Amino acid sequence: MTRFIIRRLILSIPVLIGIVFVVFALARIIPGDPCIAALGERANEQSCAEYAARHGLDKAIMPGIFRVDGQMEIRPAEVPATLVDNQFVLYLQDLAEGDFGRSLKFGLPVTDLLIQRLPTTVELTLYALTFAIVAGISLGLISAYRRNSIADVVTMLIANIGVSTPVFVLGLVLAYFFAVTLNGTPFELPPSGRLPPGVQVPALATVWGLEGLGGPPRAIIDFLSNIFTFNAIVRADWGLLGDVVRHMILPALALGTIPLAIIARMTRSSLLDELGLDYIRTARAKGLRERTVVLRHGFRNALLPVVTVIGLQLGGLFGGAVLTETIFNLAGVGRAVTEAIGSRDYAVIQGFTLVIAIGFVLINLLVDLSYAVLDPRVRLR
Amino acid sequence: MTIAVPPALGLAEDKLQNARPASIWRDTLGNLLRQRNAVFGGTILLFFIAVAVFADQIATHGPTTVLIGVEAGAKKMAPPCIHLLGCAESQTQHYFGIDGNVRDVFSRVVHGTRISLRIGFLTVGFAIIIGTLIGALAGYAGGKLDNLLMRLMDVLLAFPALLLSIAIVTVLGTGLLNAQLAIGIVAIPVYARIMRGSVISIRERDFVTASRALGESSFGLLSRRIIPNALTPLIVQGTLGIADAVLSVAALSFLGLGAQPPEAEWGSMIGLARNQMFAAPHLVLFPGIALALSVLGFNLLGDGLRDALDPRLNR
Repeated sequence: MTRFIIRRLILSIPVLIGIVFVVFALARIIPGDPCIAALGERANEQSCAEYAARHGLDKAIMPGIFRVDGQMEIRPAEVPATLVDNQFVLYLQDLAEGDFGRSLKFGLPVTDLLIQRLPTTVELTLYALTFAIVAGISLGLISAYRRNSIADVVTMLIANIGVSTPVFVLGLVLAYFFAVTLNGTPFELPPSGRLPPGVQVPALATVWGLEGLGGPPRAIIDFLSNIFTFNAIVRADWGLLGDVVRHMILPALALGTIPLAIIARMTRSSLLDELGLDYIRTARAKGLRERTVVLRHGFRNALLPVVTVIGLQLGGLFGGAVLTETIFNLAGVGRAVTEAIGSRDYAVIQGFTLVIAIGFVLINLLVDLSYAVLDPRVRLR
Repeated sequence: MTIAVPPALGLAEDKLQNARPASIWRDTLGNLLRQRNAVFGGTILLFFIAVAVFADQIATHGPTTVLIGVEAGAKKMAPPCIHLLGCAESQTQHYFGIDGNVRDVFSRVVHGTRISLRIGFLTVGFAIIIGTLIGALAGYAGGKLDNLLMRLMDVLLAFPALLLSIAIVTVLGTGLLNAQLAIGIVAIPVYARIMRGSVISIRERDFVTASRALGESSFGLLSRRIIPNALTPLIVQGTLGIADAVLSVAALSFLGLGAQPPEAEWGSMIGLARNQMFAAPHLVLFPGIALALSVLGFNLLGDGLRDALDPRLNR
């Protein structure tokens, strides 16, 4: 098992390097003056010169590759001289120090912005994923167990429609239904924001008297503190928890429906495959109760493809989160990125893209490791 | 070689001789038509294709025609007006209502069909061509080139798709064409992987070796022997991929990164109407239904194709 984990970790290193390189390259291909791209239209000569010196813009981009007046130039003769002394190495050094640059629009380091924005997206994604997994697996189970019944047909019809409905259409329809149609009923739900207007959430660092703390530990505490569900539970603030959950229901429904449909379909087909096998007949012949046969024998073995599919949904969830946040006015990573595009805030786009992609690789790693736990055969491969 | 048939079985022999050889395409079509879902999906798509072809005849107005001064009484964001459903005869009919810029929503949705279908086919076509080339090259060449190309594909796959396309659009600049290009680039790895897998599994088969022994060139082997045999999974993935591409480009347009106003693209129509959702839900609903239905069509057909091409079904 340890060997499997180590091998899998080593395998993800080239991908991580590749991601850093792609984000770096995308940033260098952006047309126009990189200084104006980073500092904004009103940057003057002096601040541009400072910026260029600090980020080594006069240096080679990669060994032997230069950019002169916006044109790429390859000078093979200078490869050895620029092997270490180039922008890519500088970029890696900045990253190693946790420096993703500064946001133009917010006037904040990108790292600080991440600590503010990422928790919203994480919270939203977790709610949506929980909803998708619980509802998806239950529906899939019922569908497979009562194959070709009305419940099965209806579930699969809903699954097919769910998988085809864009997040942004479903989100807007849900918002209309729960905020306008059900207005005044107990089922009314707020269509925007994370909290009712005026409600403040105290930072955990303040509550715990850790305001003097700095560096990564503080960043982690601030990060957790901005996951309002966590914050409310830790401080036993049930009123706040209720508010947070009420605000998360609609976005989570909108974001979770596509994965729900996919998980339900996969659970159904995987379980049906298993239930046709000999060992299930044996279990039935032994006189086990049908519930035990389906849940303890069939379902357990049908779970592996389902876990794979859940893992594959995570990328889609991140993408969907961008749209969901826009619709429901949640100040998360996705909205930060789309707003950053509007204001040409390149540092934010690059920093966020990089962090999300790396997070995505790590999550996929966890998914792979979970196969090894679920299926001992995987460890041997 | 002929098989001696006892006279009593003469009838069966006749049938055998008249039976046409089974072909994968005829089997597939037969299987496909037996699947209700696939037939339903195909019907939806035929409907949309017909709408796209005859958009000019079906639409009641121009997709970008502003009705101010053209039609008396045309009100901004007016709800649908259909005479059969009780709308006053004195008003002009607008099946899907009027949008925030006083344009006929029905005509815009109808014309949007053209744009969305074109987006789907072009984007996936681009991704399939590039992906197939990369995959075939990697699988056929093997070794270092294979490793390099496939690790590159891994990196592309490591990004959440929408996020990477957003990043690419920021570099290329916003616009429908660039959005399509971005979605196409993001989709390449899937096809490259499928193609490489197929090539590797087919490369060592006897019929390929036989071809090689007969002096077929590498290119001939790839184009005449290997690629045709690897098409099945590509067709399935391509059909499902179109659904994905239509959705993704609509999502980019929704965010304002794809189709630009006044173009009648479904995603951008929904994006523009987003803030008027509570006042005029019809502006989101109709393009939304069109988008979901077309995606449903491709999904159902793709799933059906996958099942139909599965040889285990040819019992």
